[in-house]
Order: sequence, then C-alpha cells, then structure tokens
Amino acid sequence: MRLLTFAAMFRKILIANRGEIACRVIRTAKRMGIATVAVYSDADRDSLAVRMADEAVHLGPSPAAESYLLADKVLAAIEQTGAEAVHPGYGFLSENAEFARILDKAGITFIGPPPGAIAAMGDKIESKKLADAAGVSTVPGHLGVIEDADAAIEIAKGIGFPVMIKASAGGGGKGMRIARGADEVADGFRSAQNEARSSFADDRIFIEKYIEEPRHIEIQVLADGHGNVIYLGERECSIQRRHQKVIEEAPSLALDEATRQAMGEQACALARAVDYQSAGTVEFIVDRDRNFYFLEMNTRLQVEHPVTEMVTSLDLVELMFRIAAGEPLPLAQKDVQTNGWSIEARVYAEDPARNFLPAIGRLARYRPPDTTDGSVRIDTGVGEGSEISMFYDPMIAKLVTHGPDRAAAIDRMRDALDAYYIRGTGNNTAFLSSVLAHPRFGEGRLSTDFIADEYPDGYVPAPPEGDLRDRFLAVAAFIHTKVSSRARQIGHAGPPIDPVEPRSLTVWLGAEAVEVEAQFGEGRADIMLDGRTISIAAGWRIGDPLLAATFSDDAGIFQIDRAGTGYRLTHGGAEAVVRVLTRRASALNKLMPEKVAPDRSKFLLSPMPGLLVSVAVEVGAQVRAGEELAVVEAMKMENILHALADSTVKEINAAPGDSLMVDQVILEFE
Amino acid sequence: MQDILDELESRRARARLGGGEKRIEAQHAKGKLTARERLELLLDEGSFEEWDMFVEQEPNELTADIEPIPGDGVVIGWGTINGRTVFVFSQDFTVFGGSLSEAHAAKICKIMDKAMSVGAPVIGLNDSGGARIQEGVGSLAGYAEVFQRNVNASGVVPQISAIMGPCAGGAVYSPAMTDFIFMVRDTSYMFVTGPDVVKTVTHEEVTHEELGGATTHNSKSGVADGAFENDVDTLAQLRRFFDFLPMSNREDPPVWPTSDPYDRAEPSLDTLVPPDSTKPYDIKELIEKVVDEGDFFELQPEYAGNIVIGFGRMEGRTVGFVANQPMVLAGCLDIDSAKKGARFVRFCDCFNIPIVTFVDVPGFLPGTSQEYGGIIKHGAKLLFAYAEATVPKVTVITRKAYGGAYDVMSSKHIRGDLNYAWPTAEIAVMGPKGAVEIIYREDRDDPAKIEARTEEYRARFANPFVAAQKGFIDDVIFPRNTRRRLCRALRLLENKQLENPWKKHDNIPL
Repeated sequence: MRLLTFAAMFRKILIANRGEIACRVIRTAKRMGIATVAVYSDADRDSLAVRMADEAVHLGPSPAAESYLLADKVLAAIEQTGAEAVHPGYGFLSENAEFARILDKAGITFIGPPPGAIAAMGDKIESKKLADAAGVSTVPGHLGVIEDADAAIEIAKGIGFPVMIKASAGGGGKGMRIARGADEVADGFRSAQNEARSSFADDRIFIEKYIEEPRHIEIQVLADGHGNVIYLGERECSIQRRHQKVIEEAPSLALDEATRQAMGEQACALARAVDYQSAGTVEFIVDRDRNFYFLEMNTRLQVEHPVTEMVTSLDLVELMFRIAAGEPLPLAQKDVQTNGWSIEARVYAEDPARNFLPAIGRLARYRPPDTTDGSVRIDTGVGEGSEISMFYDPMIAKLVTHGPDRAAAIDRMRDALDAYYIRGTGNNTAFLSSVLAHPRFGEGRLSTDFIADEYPDGYVPAPPEGDLRDRFLAVAAFIHTKVSSRARQIGHAGPPIDPVEPRSLTVWLGAEAVEVEAQFGEGRADIMLDGRTISIAAGWRIGDPLLAATFSDDAGIFQIDRAGTGYRLTHGGAEAVVRVLTRRASALNKLMPEKVAPDRSKFLLSPMPGLLVSVAVEVGAQVRAGEELAVVEAMKMENILHALADSTVKEINAAPGDSLMVDQVILEFE
Repeated sequence: MQDILDELESRRARARLGGGEKRIEAQHAKGKLTARERLELLLDEGSFEEWDMFVEQEPNELTADIEPIPGDGVVIGWGTINGRTVFVFSQDFTVFGGSLSEAHAAKICKIMDKAMSVGAPVIGLNDSGGARIQEGVGSLAGYAEVFQRNVNASGVVPQISAIMGPCAGGAVYSPAMTDFIFMVRDTSYMFVTGPDVVKTVTHEEVTHEELGGATTHNSKSGVADGAFENDVDTLAQLRRFFDFLPMSNREDPPVWPTSDPYDRAEPSLDTLVPPDSTKPYDIKELIEKVVDEGDFFELQPEYAGNIVIGFGRMEGRTVGFVANQPMVLAGCLDIDSAKKGARFVRFCDCFNIPIVTFVDVPGFLPGTSQEYGGIIKHGAKLLFAYAEATVPKVTVITRKAYGGAYDVMSSKHIRGDLNYAWPTAEIAVMGPKGAVEIIYREDRDDPAKIEARTEEYRARFANPFVAAQKGFIDDVIFPRNTRRRLCRALRLLENKQLENPWKKHDNIPL
C-alpha cells in the first residue's frame, strides 16, 4: 500500500513516453498546474511533446530499445529534473512491473497500478486463473500448460471446436492458431509453439474456445487507494486490422443495460482481486448472443480512452494523477453518467492497399479538421513538417468525434475525415471514410473480422457513385470555371464568365465523359445533367487544397490536388481525377488512344557512382511505384532510389557495402 | 454576289479538308489530331485567323503530276490564349506528310516576321516527314530561311515548339533553336538521322522511340523540356505554360490576380532541412510552399534532376526558379545540370523574368567522366549565365553552399541583388571533414583529433554568419517567412536598373 494519503498534488511529473500520448498527458498536467518533463530520443528531438513540456531530457538513439525502453535512462532523467512522479503512457514501460517496482523503491510515484497488479495481469494464463477465481466469466479452455500435440487434441475435444491455440506470452496475433477439427490441432499446436519460442522465448501454449463473430468490448475501470472501484462503461473496439484496433466507440450497440452492468461489476471484481489502483481496462470478447468472456486486463491508460472521456466528460489522466497522489475517487458508481456517442478513428501513415503496411515519411502537408465546436477532438504528437519515422508506431493522430447519438457521431467523423488533409506520407483517411460509410458499420453489425470480411484485398479509393458522383461533377465544373475565368483576366479577355448563359461542358471523371450544362454565378453554380440540377455554393480560393461545398441538401469538404491539367478530388472515401473540357475538346479527347502503362525498365540502376548503403526489399517482394528500393551514398549524401512502377523483385544483384559504378544493376524486376 | 460568297466558302472548305477524309482518319488512327484540330485546342475558341490558306507550291518537273493541295501542308495564322496574341504554325501531316517545300517554309516565315514586328510569341506544332524531296534545294533553302528567323527572334519573342509527330533531319534544328520543346509521348520523335541510317552506318539496331522519342529527349538527351500523354494533354499544358510568358522582350511578364497572401507563413519549412546534414530532402516542397497557390510549372523534370527549374508566380507575377535538389546526386552541379540551369537563366534574363535561386550545393561532381566531358566549360555556362543576367536575382541558401558552386549559384559576388540564408546554411569552401583533413594534414592519422577539429570547424564555419559578417548574405531569415521575404524582395526590385557594357554579343563558353 502506498503511504501517500491526501498528499498535495505533484509539482512536477515526468512522462516516460512520446508522441500523442505524451502530449495528451502534458495537456492535463498543464491545466492542473503541474510542471512537466518530456523525454526524447534522437528522432523526437524537435517533437511537439518536447516543445510542449517545461523541460525535456534526451534519452538516447532513435530505436526504442536504446531510449524509451531503458528504465535506467528514465530514472536518470527523473533524478536530473527532480520529477516526483512518472506517467508511463501506453506501451514502452507502462506495463513493466519491474519498472514500477524500481520507482517505488526510489520513492518516485508511478502514475499507474501497483507492481503486483501489473505482474498479475501481465501473464495470459495467470490472469485468466485470477479472473476465474474472482468470478469473471472466462472463455472455456484449458488453463494448464499443455505438454504435447496429443494432449492438445484431447483438450480441444473436451472444449469443443473451433478452438484457439495461443502462446501464453503472446500478443499482436503472434503464436495464435485457429483449429476447426482435431487434425488442425496438432499442426496448429506445433506452429504456435515454434512461433512463441522464436518471438517470446517462451513456448508455453494454451487452448481455449474460439468465439465466432466475436466483438471486442472493454470496460474502463478506475480504482483508488481507498478501496473504491468504479467502471465508466464500455468501449467497442471490434474494427481491427492485423489485430490492431482502428476504430473504437463508446458506448457499444451490442450491449443492453443488464449485460453492461454485469460486465462492469465483473471488471470491478477483478480489479479488487488484484488490489488495482489507477485507470485500467478489462477486455472482453462478446459473442452474438451477448455471452461475454474475459480476454485480458490492460493495466494502463488505453489508446482509445478519449471515447470514454467524450461520453463521460471526465479526464482520465487527471483522475490517474489524483489517484496516484492518494486522493479518493471524486465520484461513485451512481455518479457515472454517459452522454451521447463517441467514435475514435486512428489515422495512420499506412497503405490500405498493401495490407496496411506503414507508409512513413515527412508530413509535407498536414491540415487537421477544425475542432473549435467541441464535437471533434484530435490527439496528436505531430504537425505539418513532422516526420513519421520508421522507429515507432506510424500513428499520425487519433480523431475523435462526439454526437448526441451514433449516427451523429458517425456524420461528424465522416466530415472530419474529409477535412483531414495529409500529404507526404501514405495515410488511411479514405479507408476510414469508407468504413464509416459502410452500411454494415452503420447498422452496427460489427465483429473483429469486419475488415478481413469487407476488405479482403485491402482498400483502394473507388471512383464516386450515385449522389457522390453528381457532387464530384459539380465540384469539378465549379473549380474549372473559377480557374479558367481567372486565367482570362491575364489578357483582359473581357468579363470572366458570363453569369447567365449556361455553358456546355464535358466533365471527365477518370475515363468516363459526362456532359453537363452549367450556369455560374458569384461563388455558386448550377450543374444540369440527366434532367437533374445540382446546386453548389463554395467560398473557395484557387490553390486551396480544401473546398467546402454546400449543395441543396447537404454540405461537404472536398480535397483538391492538381493532377496534370485536371484535379484529383477526394471526398467520402472516393477519389477521382477530373478534367473539364468543352464539348469540342472532349470530342477530340475521345480520339486519344488509351495507353497501357509502359513497360518500365526491368532493372534498378545506380544513378551515380557511390556506396550501396541498404536494400529495402527482398527477392519476391511486390513493390509499388514510389516505394523505397535502395539507398546509395554518394558525395556523403544518402540518395533514396524509388520504384518507378509496380513490380516484383526478381533478383538482387548488389549487397549493402558494395561500391557501385554508374548504371550498375542493383536489382532486377520480373 | 451570293455565288462569289459561296465560292469562297467552298474554297475554304476544300482547304480545311487538307489531305482529305482518308488521311484524316489515318491521322486519328495513329492517335494524333489534325493540324487544325490542334489549333482549336491550343487557341481561345473562335480566335484563330488563318492566313495563306490558298497557298500552293509551284510545280516543277518532278511534281507536275501531283495535284497541289491548298495550304501546302502547314496551317498558319494568329489567335489568342486567354486573350493574349500568339502566332502559330501547325504542320499538316495529311498533306504530303507535312513535308516542307519553299511555299510551306515561306508561310512559316510570314508569321515569324509578323510576330517580330508586333512583339508576340510563336508556337510551332511540328508534324512533318521532313524536306519535300521533289523540291530539292528549294526545300533546304526553306529550312534555312526558318532557321535564320528562329535566330533573329531568339531573345526577342518567346518561341515554343511542340513535337507532335515526326521531326527528323534538318527539320530538328528549328525547334532546337526555339526556347522550349514539348513532346507527345509515343507519337512524336526527333532525330538528326533515323534508325535506318543509324543501322547502315553504325550497325546499331534502334527503334524510332528509343532513338528520339519523348522519353529519350526528356530523360537522356535533355533536348526536350516536357513530355505529355497525348495531343489534348500537350496542348492544354501549352496553354497553361503560355500564361507564364511575356509577349516579348519589350514587355514585363504577365500578371493575374491572386488571393494568396504575400505574407503566408509556412511553419513546416522550419523543419524542411533535416538535422542530419547527410540526409536529403525535397527542394520542390520549398518551391511549392512559396509560390502562389502551390502552382509550379517544372521544366525538364526527368533530366538532370539535381537541379530543378521552372516557373511559378509571386503575387501574380511570373518568376523563374532555379534550385539544387538534394534528393538527386546530393544536389551537386555536373555537366547536365549546369547546362540545364544556364539555358533557363538566360531565357529568364532575355524576357525580364526575375530569378529566385534556392541553394543547397555540396560542390561539383568529381570524376573522370565529368572532367573528360568538359565540366570546366559546361559549369562555366551556369556561372556565365548568372553573372551576365541583369534581371532581379534573389537567392536563398537553405543548407550547403560549398566552394566554387557557392559562387556560381547566384551569389552576391555575381550581382545577386538580395542574398538570404536560412539558419541551417553552411557557407564555406568545403564541408568540415574535407577542410580539416587539408588544414590539419599532420593529424590525418589521428581520428580522435580529426573529429575534434571537425567539430571545431563545423561550429566556426558551417553556418551562415561568417558570410553574413562580410555582407555576402544580406540577412539570415526564418525558413517559415521565406515567401514573405521573397515577395518583398521582388517588389523592391521591380524597377531595378542594370545594364551590361555595350557589346555585339557575349562569348559564353558554348
């Protein structure tokens, strides 16, 4: 037990983390008048967190293993700055019981649970046993260590198929296998064991019932040092890819009041059982009949905590500070009220077309949506000009919206995603828009397989259809007219555009030509096609990447990028290159041959004499145009060689460290 | 009276048909438009006035049996692009394969003479099989007449060539002497001798496309300034490009209204230069963030990528940009980049277009291929071009400005009007490591000492302040304020007066 009771609030804390969560913790600390110390690696030297904090201490080189994961470096920083407490954020040292113990010994407050609770919940098998004992509903399964494949088959038969074979020390999908019959168990057992051994140096395996159409729903709990434990409702985090959460919401459509209460009470019981203090999360898996089973307890602040904050109007970081300082919880279970609906979407620098692999780089252009009305919240640690580096999670920001109901929260999210302008790195905003617009998502028929079911091949922005297509056409005609009418002023060619006379235009939407009649006025236009009229009004400045359009029945933000003599428009998860031509020009354009992508060179050649520093791909790798292939150093400068076209690597002809001549073959494509 | 009018109409209709429906169809089948269709796309609707529609080449003994076609394979006249006058010729491949006769050449000469006298640019759309062999030396004379006018017009009115079909043999030298060459991908080619002759003489097997297609001239030879998808795309880009150009050397560059604030700050530029000075960054991000509306028309984007050239606008007015590109060859100067930059600087100087230069140059590219190739004289071209230019010259050093390359890149010493540096600038004779190895030669074998000396040198010299102390840098500026500083500088220099001593012409090291 801690000795601090009703002690004064900390005067100075250190945040043993980086990025958005460091910024988010600093924000609350600032509001409470607590001085803050940031720590940083080489890569984060100029980060937002470092700029926001009152002090900053350098930890070491960019890799986390040489900086953020080094407890003694963090301890040195604490000593150097005189911080009284440490907030660990999530990841890194946040669930390291040893770290919490060392701090305890040094008389520094760990803003999180006691080491015993961290340790108890850190092991999958142990935590399940504890949960069982505390009366928490657990997935039917075998909790003991399984000797061999034969034993595994017997156990699986006892549980009933399908079963999940899991590494005890596992995480992130590693060492996990699903078996739907006895024959699959032996294989699954062996491969899970191998993977567990190589990934975690711990080959203990357990087996449990596999839940079909599972939903991931978790309960936020808060426990103080005075024996008070409450829960703050649930979060649903079923939308996942590669076992990572992408979209979260609170509350969940899947729960009724009785289930919510049962889950909440069980979560509290588990917290009590391990003498929990601070904020924690008990994760459950929920099947289609609202049966729920304990998954694990995360003994830290969750990434997706903002959705709980949006519906409860509580500041979880503040409550963590108060609990750590020995204060009792300021509210009891009956005081917990939720209001409306909140959704979080994680904006990543990744490529949804390629299995959501990171697509890192400099955020050459970054314009987040407007947050002034309070219904949109952005937690981020980056801004325009920041680098999304290869060293850490490629998350750009958490975009959170709130509305009176789920539909309203979704609407706000879709608008906010349309207004989120990110260039320089790949990003998943169009994919997120597509998910939010998906009928199945709208109906709330979620499961952790949602993305795998609905986007089996990843996601490539689609051309717009239906109403969306009409709006793309209208925006295209509007932009074109504004730009061409300004161009006419260069030669004083008379009035910009006759505001009354309708003009016949052909809008090329990708490879499709659509004939429209358009009538323009100041800041507005009526576009007529197929007997319909689409009215658009917009206050757009030429060159602005965002256009806020008002249509007769709706409004929306379009992203605009120059593409040759046309524009690439992005909106609502759809994307199209548009070009506006006169009827005559369009007729001539139809005579233009369709071109197949030219067969680019089969070889990547060194453009200069130099030293091959690294090759970023392997034989057989599928590469996409623009992807980094190799780095050649010349003139003491690193030159990154990019793929010119989509292709597959057939052979690599040079090795890092080789001296290259100009035009020497580095690798060959198929 | 009516029948006279009808007669005119029918004669016009006949001329407009060029080589006839069949040949027009063949032209379309090749993915090409006809000479008149192209002009429709290039010029403002209804603005084209055609001249010499009824010109025919006088027959000789070889052509007596050939039915002459009015217009003789080239359409000429004038029209407007966004209301500004431009003279045009457009070769008609459907008429005798667009081949050049005396009459054909005389038509081209006619609009060039008129362009010179009224002061308006010339755009030539090239699609010609070459000399009309039956015309013999008359055709050669025709080419030479055009060449002479290209030369006379050079630096007086802008001349642009679009290669939209074949352009071979002597015919290439007219576009070669114009200011800019745009090519259409897959349907155009240029070469002095074609694949057949190449095979006969050197036994090399090469296709038209490989020898002289748009890709070749835009990425290998550097002959062309841009390559575009097809006829429609090329002509639309030509219109866009034309809007950057002044009418003649007697006029200022054009202006159009913009609502982009002159003092728009770009905080992200503060982190454009990476902390690690060996890491590259994209200089085009800087250009696109300082120009009006992010609109930058890059020329020769696929050739000598270590230097970036092109047009943008500042406060609505055309500005030429020259920038070292750290992403390619570390931004060093070599033969190709020096030639590319020099020609562009000279164009800007001819036509009163201010030049903004962004400098991040570690030096000249070393090596035998460079020295044997004559980097001394080619590098001198860029130096010469900058030094002789009298238009406003504003320079911003973003990072490295080492050695002779510092002098070359529009430095104060060669009449840079305003020279700024970012705080990340390193203006020195060479990089710290190289310098230390020379100055402290005796410590060469002691890496610890060398490292300490290098740090010393870096702290002392790898910054903009040594140059600023001497006044070689007018101010060290915040990267985020670059647009505001450039706009103010260009406003200040708008009426700059500077003349070179009288001479017949200079003697640039060609």
